[in-house]
Amino acid sequence: MAKAIGLSVALFALWLALSGFFKPFLLLLGVLSCALTLYLAFRMKLLDDEAVPIQLRLTLLLYWGWLGGEIFKSAVAVSKVILARDMPLHQQLIAVPAPQKTDMGHVIFANSITLTPGTVTVETRPGIFLIHALTEEASAMSGFAEMGRRVAEIETR
Amino acid sequence: MDPTLDLVVDIASGISFAIGGIFLLIGALGMIRLPDVWARIHAAGIIDTIGAELIVFGMILQAGLSQASIKLVLIGLFLFVTSPTATHAVANASFTAGLRPLDLRKNQASDVLGEESKP
Repeated sequence: MAKAIGLSVALFALWLALSGFFKPFLLLLGVLSCALTLYLAFRMKLLDDEAVPIQLRLTLLLYWGWLGGEIFKSAVAVSKVILARDMPLHQQLIAVPAPQKTDMGHVIFANSITLTPGTVTVETRPGIFLIHALTEEASAMSGFAEMGRRVAEIETR
Repeated sequence: MDPTLDLVVDIASGISFAIGGIFLLIGALGMIRLPDVWARIHAAGIIDTIGAELIVFGMILQAGLSQASIKLVLIGLFLFVTSPTATHAVANASFTAGLRPLDLRKNQASDVLGEESKP
């Protein structure tokens, strides 16, 4: 039930943001299309943690801010490698443990690693990821442990 | 709007555009300079995370409090979620196809995948 309400609120907010019209007839069309989408999502059994991730903590927003800082730092590090005369690459494929309990937590962790320039998630297996790192600096295990801990904090209420 | 505030917003968005543009240029240079697909993925990563997001952020500052800026926020959010998915798809496809990074310093692929890790 909470999932259905969450999805309809999100859908209608998206509809308002994209349309920008507040005439009663158009609002009615928006409500009807949201209701139809909700019905279809219910029929397709899509109202789960994956499609409507309202089980995540709101500190997700703070985490995004922290992640933005990390992305900036590692973008600068990779830029230095690109601009350096001899390009000091130390390419490596490393195994990184993923301590999250849910699939959503794993997805957020893997996507965060990929978003950070210098590291890319190549393969995933339950509880462990294969990461490609461009440099020695990018492959520091403490950085992954810190990020994994922060994701584990936001994955469930 | 207050003219001083206008000026501050203009300067802030200018800085955002400038830094974003520099990162886009560096990313494009990296796409050419780096030796193989694995290293080039990271150059593309600079472009589609920090470069694109800073440009979108500058545009949000220019748009001010309007419907356009809400749409720009949505664009930024979708880029933030979809670009790592695309990057992962490329990396995973090249791994599955048997490509391995040049001059690999450390390889723990077998720790994760066991026998599957052989190219």
